[in-house]
Amino acid sequence: MKKRNYKGWLYLLPAILFLGVFMVYPLIDVFIYSFEEGYNSASQTYYGTGLYNYSYVLHDTYFLQAVKNTFILVIITVPLSTLLSLLISMAVSSIKALKNLFQTVYFLPYVTNTLAVGLVFMILFKKTAYTDGLINLMLAWFGKGPVDFIDGPYWAKMFVLCFYTIWVVMPFKVLILTGALASVDKNYYNAARVDGTSRFRTFIRITLPMISPTVFYLVITGFIGAFKAYSDAVALFGTDLNAAGMNTIVGYVYDMLYGNGGGYPSYASAAAIILFVIVLTITCINLLVSSSKKRI
Amino acid sequence: MKIILKNITKTFPSRSRRVHTPVTAVDHFSFEIPDGQLIGLLGPSGCGKSTTLNMICGLETPTEGQIFFGDQDVTSLPPENRGVGMVFQNYALYPHLTVLQNILFPLQNLKGKNKLSKQEMLNRAQEAARLVQIQELMDRKPGELSGGQQQRVAIARALVKMPHVLLLDEPLSNLDARLRLQTREEIRKIQKATKITTVFVTHDQEEAMSISDCIVVMKDGLVQQTGKPQQVYDDPCNLFVARFLGTPQINVFKGFSKDGGIYLNDQKILSAKNLPDQELYIGIRPEGFILREDGPLSCQLSGIEVMGRDISVVSTHPACENQAIRSIISAENKVDLSSSVVHFALKPGKVFLFDRATDARIPADLA
Repeated sequence: MKKRNYKGWLYLLPAILFLGVFMVYPLIDVFIYSFEEGYNSASQTYYGTGLYNYSYVLHDTYFLQAVKNTFILVIITVPLSTLLSLLISMAVSSIKALKNLFQTVYFLPYVTNTLAVGLVFMILFKKTAYTDGLINLMLAWFGKGPVDFIDGPYWAKMFVLCFYTIWVVMPFKVLILTGALASVDKNYYNAARVDGTSRFRTFIRITLPMISPTVFYLVITGFIGAFKAYSDAVALFGTDLNAAGMNTIVGYVYDMLYGNGGGYPSYASAAAIILFVIVLTITCINLLVSSSKKRI
Repeated sequence: MKIILKNITKTFPSRSRRVHTPVTAVDHFSFEIPDGQLIGLLGPSGCGKSTTLNMICGLETPTEGQIFFGDQDVTSLPPENRGVGMVFQNYALYPHLTVLQNILFPLQNLKGKNKLSKQEMLNRAQEAARLVQIQELMDRKPGELSGGQQQRVAIARALVKMPHVLLLDEPLSNLDARLRLQTREEIRKIQKATKITTVFVTHDQEEAMSISDCIVVMKDGLVQQTGKPQQVYDDPCNLFVARFLGTPQINVFKGFSKDGGIYLNDQKILSAKNLPDQELYIGIRPEGFILREDGPLSCQLSGIEVMGRDISVVSTHPACENQAIRSIISAENKVDLSSSVVHFALKPGKVFLFDRATDARIPADLA
């Protein structure tokens, strides 16, 4: 038994080494930095240890703004994108003709170049010297004034960010949900039909429970993904997110490390640990909810 | 409820890109199922029996023809308005619901004047559960039940709506041999108790013969023969039906008739009256052999299989189409294993003649 154990560890060694060096060690390091005041990565020195970094970060208005933005983004985009994906996958699954075409269309954003996507959103929303953007053009038809979606009011910028995020994350969800729907045994639907089950009840009582593991997977990964949002905001509002008031937690961490006048690894570490705690809490709640659902 | 199938046909469009001729699953099927009977639809896989069942259920609409329940034309009615209960081959029990919730499910769909109170629903569910004896399993999930128990739950779910017609799609194919025997008697008992007109589909002839009031033998979408099981067995209308019914299979020989005699190669095995000279297939049921020293049919003995009550004598004959001739004789007979040849006389009632070209039965007065 003992001998075999050695062999097992030997096989695991490459993976353990890589994970240890590139994941576990940095994680521990970040945790330590977050308690070291004024850590300087060049000279490897710090003034003292304590909770000052956390206190600073939690009192930083930029950080609080970033937390607020991130939470709004998460709360709006995760349920909405999951719901929309579910509707789209249901629709795609229920049609016969052109099914493959629609599947492809809905998956296209997943493989589309980010620059091209950015360009499309610029045409839609960006105000330039020549145009107010396509959306403003349409708003004008209804007699609504032009809104500056990129440099304008907070709600307009948040709307664009949510819109963009939902649009970017949906293809993957549609793909996974379409697969989940296809894997439900047709006989369940036939049995439901023989019993005269309405379509709504079939969906609520049969389809949804059958695909619920997939839905929970998408919700959990969706939450984690949305909490880690950063690049989307940069793509829309440029690198100076604090000035635009559209920073996210990850964006704040990044700014503290490399941003304008950056070089505060201690603050960055503290912010990263706070994000980690938030994500951990939300994921635990998700898992609790999903496991209690299963018991019903 | 009497079920009448009038000339029903079902064709499916061809899936192949090269061949565009539609596939005919059921071809002009006409049959009348009397009220309160148990009917077995029997045939090899792909013969259209499940499609027929689905059309009776309403899951498929016939391309042609009409279906009547009693006097009502139900051809275009959806399944829920037909008053049918269906048990699927894999049972299709909802895995996330308990047995009780599964049985309640059809009742909770009822609307308008048919709507039941919670207590009525529970009573009905209990009643259905009692009928199939699963009262103590009500709080389990289907995944925690054995195949036989799942089967019962599926039947209870089908019966709880008090349907006029009960449909069973290969109800026993997922059970092991022993449970199969037990369950088929159970189904028969439940059917007798409820007097619901029941149609079930199977590819197992023994299953169909043992519990059906009437069997319908199908092949390639065409009905071959209908009738009481014993009658179909004793009087098959063609070679396919003769071969399909009975275990061990009927022994088929190539032979011919000449001058009022039936010949295998040069052995005259039986005499026939008023039979023109022609090439024939000769089918002999395993129980149609009599072990006798001076019998007209002599075969090469390969061995015997003792089955307690009976002995199965395995032998070969050059004119035989089967790999081996199996004849069932009573265990009181002694077979001389040292001899390489075994002689049989034949029971004329167990010998059938078929046309060599069309496989159709040739009626003959054999002796």
